[in-house]
Amino acid sequence: MDVKDIIKPENMVYGKTKLLTDNILHYCPGCSHGVVHKLIAEVIDEMGIQDKTIGISPVGCAVFAYNYIDIDWEEAAHGRAPALATATKRLNPDKYVFTYQGDGDLASIGTAEIMHACNRGENIVVIFINNAIYGMTGGQMAPTTLLGMKTATTPYGRRADLNGYPLKITELIAQLEGTCYVTRQSVETAPAVRKAKKAIRKAFENSMMKKGTSFVEIVSTCNSGWKIPPVKANKWMEENMFPFYPLGDMKDR
Amino acid sequence: MGDKVLMKGNEALAYGAIDCGADGYFGYPITPQSEVMETLMKEMPWETTGMVVLQAESETASINMVYGGACTGKKCMTSTSSPGISLMCEGLSYLAGAELPCVVVDVVRGGPGLGTIQPGQGDYFQMVKGGGHGDYHTVVLSPASVQDMYDFVGLGFKLAFKYLTPCIILGDGVIGQMMEKVQLRDKTPRWTEEEIKKISPWACTGKKGRKRNVITSLALDPSVMEETNLRLQARYRKMEKEDVMFENYKTEDADYLFVAYGCMSRIGETAVDMAREKGIKVGLLRPITLFPFPTAEIDRLVPQLKSIMSIELSSGQMVEDVRLAVNGRVPVGFYGRMGGSVPSPEEILNALMNFIK
Amino acid sequence: MKEEIIIAGFGGQGVLSMGKILAYSGMMQDKEISWMPSYGPEMRGGTCNVTVVISDTRISSPILNTYDTAIILNQQSMDKFEDKVRPGGLLIFDINGITRFPVRKDIKICKIDAVDVATKIGNNKAYNMVVLGAYLKEKPIVTLENVEKGLKKSLPQRHWDSIPQNQEAIRSGMESVVEL
Repeated sequence: MDVKDIIKPENMVYGKTKLLTDNILHYCPGCSHGVVHKLIAEVIDEMGIQDKTIGISPVGCAVFAYNYIDIDWEEAAHGRAPALATATKRLNPDKYVFTYQGDGDLASIGTAEIMHACNRGENIVVIFINNAIYGMTGGQMAPTTLLGMKTATTPYGRRADLNGYPLKITELIAQLEGTCYVTRQSVETAPAVRKAKKAIRKAFENSMMKKGTSFVEIVSTCNSGWKIPPVKANKWMEENMFPFYPLGDMKDR
Repeated sequence: MGDKVLMKGNEALAYGAIDCGADGYFGYPITPQSEVMETLMKEMPWETTGMVVLQAESETASINMVYGGACTGKKCMTSTSSPGISLMCEGLSYLAGAELPCVVVDVVRGGPGLGTIQPGQGDYFQMVKGGGHGDYHTVVLSPASVQDMYDFVGLGFKLAFKYLTPCIILGDGVIGQMMEKVQLRDKTPRWTEEEIKKISPWACTGKKGRKRNVITSLALDPSVMEETNLRLQARYRKMEKEDVMFENYKTEDADYLFVAYGCMSRIGETAVDMAREKGIKVGLLRPITLFPFPTAEIDRLVPQLKSIMSIELSSGQMVEDVRLAVNGRVPVGFYGRMGGSVPSPEEILNALMNFIK
Repeated sequence: MKEEIIIAGFGGQGVLSMGKILAYSGMMQDKEISWMPSYGPEMRGGTCNVTVVISDTRISSPILNTYDTAIILNQQSMDKFEDKVRPGGLLIFDINGITRFPVRKDIKICKIDAVDVATKIGNNKAYNMVVLGAYLKEKPIVTLENVEKGLKKSLPQRHWDSIPQNQEAIRSGMESVVEL
């Protein structure tokens, strides 16, 4: 078949979501961010809520999320996205409001903001990318870094006596009365991607039902930070991250 | 025109917010301004105008809620006192960088550190010179009466939206805690969604029929970031041309001049009257906008003056701007009290007498 | 007309609210007014005071060092403010808790046993209104009609039924004040 035949509309088996812009992703090859961006864009597109959705991007690798999904965006200070989302949603209750945050942003500098937004039961969606490392600043220890994991600031591996323990913040958030849906997903295989998309869709749907906060963690890879090539990184994640951060719904009501 | 009502300065801020059509207030309790949120919660404006009022978990969260609300083109405000302002400075820098309008009230208390809950003006440098990181200013209004506290919320939003900048209302514990008569104004309705789209086409109102709106203070390319800075600086120059505000008290024939803002301008006026009873011609210049500073007005007054004295509840902060305006032409003195102490008019008069003798 | 007053005592004696009612009454009489409290610890029973200025013209400083009138309700305040009354001014004090009577000769000094008066009319809560009555007897700067209007303005409507008792307390205070 000629290229011209292949690109005929009737031969199309998969297309880029029209809500993803044509900007070239700045993420490293193998990074989970791109997949999660695509899922969010698909969900917004399929729900037909482009004109009703406001995204809030974090500080971290996903700071430029606003370059990739074609909706209105607010770019927050480090860790403060849930505070922005709180006001944005309360002042615009007809809008779908979501934050997109990494582990440093959400579970370290922004711990107070995420806890209180979830505890107030803000009717927002939180997408939490947990790759157990600081990507943008060059691979330093994150609150979710596993014990023994080597990073730029734990070159000997994370030690509990020096650095404390990895933080299971999603488990903490599931305890808060304000949350209605708390789940942990991943995007390293096709079935996992499909499950993660369902979770994201459910979270967006929840936000108009006044049920409280929906929180979706995506356990993710960071090839550059972990210094592991993409395929091996997926395997490393399955073997090391999943036992400590088990996948599945923690709360759904 | 509404009623004349007796109220505290902090209560006036709350009523000023409701009456000028504010959309959201986000705050955290701290003395001496907690009455602002208490009054709003008591009045429940969400039942009447639809204004949202929320007690946040910290000042950091409060200012970022203001940021989130401002992103959607709404009139949002917060209020705090000095230690809280330090926490808000991060957010203020982001708001300035993202060119977002809002009103932030600082009812200043004595510092540094936890300091005291009594009145102070030690936050002048922090608020007038920027406060957060980076190269920015905000409009800074200085209320000297409870009426000002009421009126400046609406004025603050007007200036904030004119210049796309945070507007600070730099009060103090005296103006916040004292009660005076307030003339209530006609209520301004909150902007409708359609009005917001017209007034603030940059706002996050949902992408429809236009390019997506992105509110950010980030630009990794230095040439783009310099553009932002140049745009901000151009606005500051425009403020200096168009929106300097001040008040003269008995300056027409003055030989000596007090420069004072906030509660100190009130105390200074009494000192002016006492000096005039002794036959000494003293006047007082009260900057209403601390940024933009009334440099030109000081410049205009200098030729008639023998000397100038800045009086402040600080170790001498505004006096630096007075000296820059005077530029060495006449002596510039300073008298201040710190740590929550407030001088009496007699004390100020004595300070002037010592300075000019 | 300009009257600059300091009211000083313990938190809980109704110092701030007495000042507030005076300020509201002044407002009803179309005067300029300012009410400036010492703030903070007063709600925890510490000493507290409020400066009230009632004037025909614009009020400059709400914070003063000398006063036309001092209303003194405890010894600490007596020690602090006796010297701050301007010559020819007025000092009114409640004798309860006062261990050292004022000694100034260049001012008018009046006393009242406000606790006793309030107890006799069976309304201990109106203690501060008794003191206010004593003051208004000596300096009738606001009319009793305007005090009634001031009470209405300063009290929430659910407490309006207490206004007649407050007025009675004011009248009793007026009758019981004694010049030394």
